[in-house]
Amino acid sequence: MTLTNAEPRFESVPAVREGLAGVNYLADEGIAGVVYLADRLQKPVLIEGPAGTGKTQLAKSIAELTESRLIRLQCYEGLDESKALYEWNYKKQLLRIQVERNEDEKATWNDIEEDIFAEDFLLTRPLLEAIRATDPVVLLIDEVDRVEVETEALLLEILSDYQVSIPELGTVQATQVPLVFLTSNNTRELSEALKRRCLYLHLDYPDLAREKEIVLARVPGITENLADQIARVVRSIRQLELKKAPSVSETLDWARTLLLLGATEISEAQATETLHILLKYQSDIEKAAKELSAAAS
Amino acid sequence: MLDVLEGFIQELRTAGLPVSLTENLDAMEAVQHIPMEDREAFKYALAATLVKSHAHWKAFETVFEVYFSLRRPGPGDEADLESDADAGNLQLDESGAAGAGAMDSLSPEELAEMLYKALLNADEATLKALARQAVTRFAGMEPGRPVGGTYYLYRTLRNLDLDGVLERLMEASREQAEQAGGELTSLEERLERDEYQERIAQLRQEIEAEIRRRLVADRGPEAMARTLRKPLPEDVDFMHASRDEMAQLRRTIQPLARKLAVRLARKRRHGRKGPLDFRNTMRHSLSYGGVPAEPKFRYPRPAKPEILVVADISGSVAAFARFTLMFVYAIASQFSRVRAFVFIDGIDEVTRFFEGTEDVNQAVHRVNTEADVIWVDGHSDYGHAFQVFWEKWGREVSPKSSVILLGDARNNYHSSQAWIVKELRQRARHVYWLNPEPRSYWDTGDSIVSEYGAHCDGVYECRNLRQLERFVEQLG
Repeated sequence: MTLTNAEPRFESVPAVREGLAGVNYLADEGIAGVVYLADRLQKPVLIEGPAGTGKTQLAKSIAELTESRLIRLQCYEGLDESKALYEWNYKKQLLRIQVERNEDEKATWNDIEEDIFAEDFLLTRPLLEAIRATDPVVLLIDEVDRVEVETEALLLEILSDYQVSIPELGTVQATQVPLVFLTSNNTRELSEALKRRCLYLHLDYPDLAREKEIVLARVPGITENLADQIARVVRSIRQLELKKAPSVSETLDWARTLLLLGATEISEAQATETLHILLKYQSDIEKAAKELSAAAS
Repeated sequence: MLDVLEGFIQELRTAGLPVSLTENLDAMEAVQHIPMEDREAFKYALAATLVKSHAHWKAFETVFEVYFSLRRPGPGDEADLESDADAGNLQLDESGAAGAGAMDSLSPEELAEMLYKALLNADEATLKALARQAVTRFAGMEPGRPVGGTYYLYRTLRNLDLDGVLERLMEASREQAEQAGGELTSLEERLERDEYQERIAQLRQEIEAEIRRRLVADRGPEAMARTLRKPLPEDVDFMHASRDEMAQLRRTIQPLARKLAVRLARKRRHGRKGPLDFRNTMRHSLSYGGVPAEPKFRYPRPAKPEILVVADISGSVAAFARFTLMFVYAIASQFSRVRAFVFIDGIDEVTRFFEGTEDVNQAVHRVNTEADVIWVDGHSDYGHAFQVFWEKWGREVSPKSSVILLGDARNNYHSSQAWIVKELRQRARHVYWLNPEPRSYWDTGDSIVSEYGAHCDGVYECRNLRQLERFVEQLG
């Protein structure tokens, strides 16, 4: 399964971390370690975690860092082979048959069959495209928990062997091993077979220090003081029992809003007024507003 | 190294984590790329290859700690500790609190003062040193004594009075605010409190780790791992779940409820083909020039399943009942038509408590306090409860409804009225019974589960998440 031509993309774990920081993605030890391992072991990474913690962004940032093309397969219920792997361009095939019939009366069935099941008539879909690419690519299979368990099987061949079998053509081997990321929001358990083939990374909400760093890196013009306060308020809110805790992207939105409003520090009134950016359920907003303004006892 | 890893993986398996051979090999390969000295990276490398579910992370972390972090009480480690302690003391010198290395001779008051200062300034090195000191001083650990780490932890924490320290810290920030000419707004107060709580939590962890470290040194990693072994979240018994475990369980219920919803809905969609849909066939025939080449059928519309949950909430199954109520709440968010009933010796419909509330705890609380479930003496009487159910709501049970009965069937020797369950089964689509007791206890004493069970479509032992999941799985 190991392809020989693979050159490691990263020197060491700290190198990954610094590189990611260079493209404004603040990784912690775990993230950097797993990415490094994925490269060395040539294994896909399965990223799980709550929504909005930067799962997809990690793949994008890695693509940016390694200067690779990002190929993205968005999963949804009902995704099938022809959307994920490949499809025969049957209109073109039909045309071809028509032309052949007119041109050459003596063409045998075999000739035609060989002719129309050639690469010219193959429509590549994301997975096959990632395999056949000659330039460096990062393959992102987004929200893999949305497809049915049966469809997961489609991915297995490509994930473990980096190849796609097409009955009419044979097996297409990868020319180079792409970095593969799968993300999941954990709405259902993925199959053992899929998990076994991947490295597992759980992305949780960042801790206070990292969240502050993220705000500082992602929101230009924000003061350190404000970023610190934002991170602390968000941490407090996450401790409440809510339907949906604020994600990192919502923290960033909130930081941008506060910046636009010209705030230098968060007052209670301001926090309560802008809560709807952090929280998306009315009941959550009410609860948080109540908690934030009620003196902690 | 390979031996250690082998033992480590063995322990993970004993703890119940599913580690396959491939994953084992991956881990072996992974550690070759990561230097073992880098503890954090090493840990994540192992976790990435061995642990494929976040619920198992805690179990993994404990085993890892025992096998790697706390191992080798060799000379290298000692030096480490020393330098840590030195760093802590140096900083203390600056603040003039104590002399270097003299922590042993401090009075308890001085120690408390030091702890307070360290927490105030988030001084990690000192906190570490303090954790060690506190364990030495208060835990009273004796080699070979067969008590668990929690006992020592409790003893240490009791002496530190962390709640008191927290109050003092809060007091200090209030004073500070006053000096700056103002008061803490409630928001600020809350933030300060969260910050200090976080620091104290860190201290707690530090103390816990310290205790474990000493225990490992005393007993060896294998024995230690064995004492620390806790059931995985899916194996936690509902009846004996601690509060933390309960919170964890609650998070896992939601996906399970969704699965249940899918199972019940799917079953209907995959039904037989319906009769020919003439209109639809004609419409499609237009694309074939009027020839009805593609017959269309009228599929039976997937009927909305209705679920009736009837749960015992008496004292004998209280812990389980709390869980089932949460489960009912989760199901209610997936199905439009869930009706919940609770009983002890009387029975009451509690669907209304689940509607229009977002907070499951609140709903459960209201069920426990407001539902009218006591008829005579507040001891389970299944027979009477079922009889009232049958009289009041029996008519509303239709072939669309699935009835789930939850309880241990400990009837206090009242009459069983099992004929009601039989009637229910004839009327409803399915009747299932979930029993939170171990199978071996069934039909002992006043339990009459098989009397009822004879009339159900299935009786299931349902003591942990794994069993509940199996029940949901087999529905499909």
